[in-house]
Amino acid sequence: MNEEHRIIVDQIPHLRRYARALLGDKTLADDLVQECLTRAMDRLHLWRPGSNMRVWLMAIMHNLHINDAKRRSARPDQVSLSASHENLRSEPPGQDTPLMLRDMNQALNQLPDDQRHVILLIGLEGLEYAEAADVLDIPIGTVMSRLGRGRKSMREFLDVDGAPRLRSIK
Amino acid sequence: MNDPNPMSPDDLQNFVDGRLSPEDQLRMEAWLAEHPEDAAMVHAYRLQNANLSQAFDPVLDEPLPAALEDIVTMRATGGARGTRPAMAGWMLIAATIVIFALGGGAGWLARSNTPAPEPENFAANAMSAHKIFAAERRHAVEVPSNQEAHLVKWLSKRLGVTLKAPDLTSAGFVLMGGRLLADGPLPAAQFMYQRDDKTRMTVYVRAAANNSKNTAFRFEDNNGIGAFYWVDAKYAYALVAPMGRAPLLDIANRIYRELNR
Repeated sequence: MNEEHRIIVDQIPHLRRYARALLGDKTLADDLVQECLTRAMDRLHLWRPGSNMRVWLMAIMHNLHINDAKRRSARPDQVSLSASHENLRSEPPGQDTPLMLRDMNQALNQLPDDQRHVILLIGLEGLEYAEAADVLDIPIGTVMSRLGRGRKSMREFLDVDGAPRLRSIK
Repeated sequence: MNDPNPMSPDDLQNFVDGRLSPEDQLRMEAWLAEHPEDAAMVHAYRLQNANLSQAFDPVLDEPLPAALEDIVTMRATGGARGTRPAMAGWMLIAATIVIFALGGGAGWLARSNTPAPEPENFAANAMSAHKIFAAERRHAVEVPSNQEAHLVKWLSKRLGVTLKAPDLTSAGFVLMGGRLLADGPLPAAQFMYQRDDKTRMTVYVRAAANNSKNTAFRFEDNNGIGAFYWVDAKYAYALVAPMGRAPLLDIANRIYRELNR
């Protein structure tokens, strides 16, 4: 393994977390990560040394995700939500995590895809606004407006239904 | 109230994500003190970020699926782009399978004349020992690898044969340490190794019984735990890991080569 390969392997947990939050399902998410890694290895000669590997990988994954209309339509409904809930509840987290997970999955679920991407890249993955713009291949102004709308929509959703419960969680 | 420098929506998002310069941050805090609606909003948005982390950060701590890492490492060992080096690796394995298949055939014939051959119990014991100790988080080994010289000396003395902990770093496995075990009435040694993705592998060794015959490599699989085992003039070995036949054979080969160098 050379340095580039090691950097890619180091990013796998982040790719998995982003994909899991994006798709709400462990198996679908790991399938997406697998496709992403395969494509990345095919195109490794296109990666500019010194540039941000996570941004590059996230961009590949994003393109695969939006091109896969089938996978996209597989997400947003109660059935896939409860399935993902089952998947994740089998992990051994703290007692209140599944509830939090369900609430966040539902809040993300009601967002349009383009807002969900921005919220997760920035709010969960901690990307700079400019990096999120690179991943999504959109102007930074568009990133900001989607971020604003997405956060507002999540807040309204959680205020109606989830907020009292969320606040009760330490 | 008419503020000469109202905060823009982007400033508010920047504040949520901790991206304001120190002086803008101060300006923002002053603004929020006087604008409770904005203050409630940034509080709610920060809570969103925290809740997203709480919901999805556990994914970071999950063991890395080997299938995902393999996509990178397999290509890496074969060279960045190419089917040729990868094929060379597979051809090597295929060639080895032929060799051991021949040996295995001989072993099979010998076996039919021997009602209760030694290696079967040996392999079962090695597998049990693997399942029990590889699952241990804190006490996986009795003597850790930072005392490798002592470990090998001690186990050699107890087993009555000169042992060596095979170096498997070329296969990505690093020695964690080892322990002394009982294989029926005989002392046995277990060396434990771990790969970056936390996959654990054990090499289980004991002195060959007086009446034991040499055997070729044999493979057993038990619910996803694979074992290659073999017996030579002095030792009986088993290599155990949650892996399939081909990758395990590759590592068994490395050990065999190293021990017979």
